[in-house]
Amino acid sequence: MTALAGLLAQILNGIQYGLLLFLISSGLTLIFGVMGVINLAHGSLFMIGAYLAYVIASVTGSLWLALPAAILGGVLFGALLERGLFRRFRAREHLDQVLLTFALILLFEEARAALLDNQFHSVPVPAILDFSVPVIGGFAYSAYRLAVLVICLGVAGLMVLFVERTKIGSAIRAAAEKPEMVDLLGIDAGRIHTLVFAAGTALAMLAGALAAPLQSVYPGMGDGFLILSFIVVVIGGLGSIAGAFWSALLIGLIDTLGKAYVPQAAGIAVCALMAVVLLWRPTGLFSRA
Amino acid sequence: MRPLSRRFMLAGSAAALATPAIAQGAPLKVGLMLPFSGTFAALGENIAAAFELCLQENGGKFGGRAVTLVRLDDESDPAKAPANVNRLLGRDNVDALVGTVHSGVVMALVQAAREKEVPLFIPNAGNVAATRDLCSPSVFRSSFSNWQPAYGMGKALAARGVKKAAWVTWDYAAGRESAEGFRDGLKSGGAELTQILTLPFPETNFQPILAQLPGLGVDAVGSFFAGGGAIQFVKDYAAAGLRDKLPLCGSGFLTEGVLKPQGAAAEGIQTALHYGDGLDNPKNKSFREAFQKMTNRSADVYAVQGYDAGQMLAVGLAGTKGDATAIKALGAAIRAARIDSPRGAFTLSASHNPIQTIWLREARNGENRVIGAAAEALADPGTGCKMA
Repeated sequence: MTALAGLLAQILNGIQYGLLLFLISSGLTLIFGVMGVINLAHGSLFMIGAYLAYVIASVTGSLWLALPAAILGGVLFGALLERGLFRRFRAREHLDQVLLTFALILLFEEARAALLDNQFHSVPVPAILDFSVPVIGGFAYSAYRLAVLVICLGVAGLMVLFVERTKIGSAIRAAAEKPEMVDLLGIDAGRIHTLVFAAGTALAMLAGALAAPLQSVYPGMGDGFLILSFIVVVIGGLGSIAGAFWSALLIGLIDTLGKAYVPQAAGIAVCALMAVVLLWRPTGLFSRA
Repeated sequence: MRPLSRRFMLAGSAAALATPAIAQGAPLKVGLMLPFSGTFAALGENIAAAFELCLQENGGKFGGRAVTLVRLDDESDPAKAPANVNRLLGRDNVDALVGTVHSGVVMALVQAAREKEVPLFIPNAGNVAATRDLCSPSVFRSSFSNWQPAYGMGKALAARGVKKAAWVTWDYAAGRESAEGFRDGLKSGGAELTQILTLPFPETNFQPILAQLPGLGVDAVGSFFAGGGAIQFVKDYAAAGLRDKLPLCGSGFLTEGVLKPQGAAAEGIQTALHYGDGLDNPKNKSFREAFQKMTNRSADVYAVQGYDAGQMLAVGLAGTKGDATAIKALGAAIRAARIDSPRGAFTLSASHNPIQTIWLREARNGENRVIGAAAEALADPGTGCKMA
């Protein structure tokens, strides 16, 4: 009985972790799919969102303000980055783009160290959600953790609606899957790029802000997420939102269950899965190619 | 102004080289290599201030010799540690070293102290190696080994009737060393450490570990975390609803200096450390008053360790009439002494680590109140120490 309860609790942990991972990797897969840019700085954007939440929460005392701030700030910051930097690298080789995003990591890290410090900071959970709900077999979940789970599901739903049901959404899908169609239809690819990069940045920063009370904020907090997000993108298929969703859940579950039941192999389990998928379906589980 | 003072200093160091170190007139230089910036800055400041307090109480002299202090910020950066040690020994010509907080940085100090036979006093870093395999006649510790507080915690749990316990920590040296202490402490009372759960440093996704705990069949959970990780772990532990079913305890650092952000989640957590709030002895009382008066801050465990590093150096130099190069006589004097510490008097083991009482504390209203002794006169096993 306790073993089963433990398993169910771990599955819940895995789903919650996977949904957070989806928030980060959905932006990465869009940017990758639409713009063809391997954005190594995506983990830093996650970190920036978390530090933004820390600063806003400690100045105003409210984490709630941090969520819209992360979204708005992310949209503006992302648009600025795309217009100011990435646009100029569009025609360049992948290596140049990778170098650009790597330089951004260093810049963001230095800026963080200069503006704040290198300390570990905890971010308090909003007072209204500062209680726990018993879930399974003597294991409780903090209300905030459940709220994050619901918010991530909501954002995922909105994204699927947006990408599948709206005109701009179909243009984005077209840009990801058949770039030449976008030009044929007379859609401005530049605007789509700005939109996608802004949305991807906002998603990463929102994920960071949501994760701040769950993980604390500290230098390099986005590194682990960056690697996992790349694995999610590769397994899900480049540019596929649905693919990112299901593979994020899969990775979240495997990573969590691995850490719980075979801690020695937890680090390898996720990479092994990626290797298998690459051998079996090189374009990813959900790619339409 | 600058070139002049530099030349003056060069002349000074040349003179220091030329004259025998025993020259009674020359002041003794002590290098304080501590973190004065970054995460551990507050710890470094308290250690340095308490060391200075000890010096003041001795009239500015140790062993009859005037002492000047040279402060150097080690930034808690292991990469810069060897260069920093060289600066103190080579440029500043210090006669004794005090440092440091970070376990990675302290290894450069230990190495230099061993090679150059300069006395080193470690006022915090708890890596067991410094007083085990890497022990040396010139290396002394005024703080603790990572093994000690965890041993005390394990012993106290066993004494309370706990039969099986698990240990949760980051997968790094301090975590592993404290896990061994916990295991040995439990074993001393017939209890068993059944599981060690680790996660990579400094990861804070504790959920996969927390969800396992109810299914482990243990009576208690011990842990080693410090700083921000300790805050998050204690809060997540409470949020997972485990507090009432599985009492959480740990090495004292779990609740040291972080009780305020931990809030209600920390209430009632028992930890073991060589110091705590409300220790009732005259030395502690006078020390806390003097430290408060000097710095306008409350003394903490780090201040105590800095103060005792000063006391140890004072006792050693008193035994050599101010000669810091007479390592053998210095060590003999320190080992023979009873250091009247605010934590309670202690002596030094053969491997130069304090034989001290590990106190059991309980977190109440923002304080780590001492509620008894977890292990009295506890010595680190000093395994592997071969001191000539």
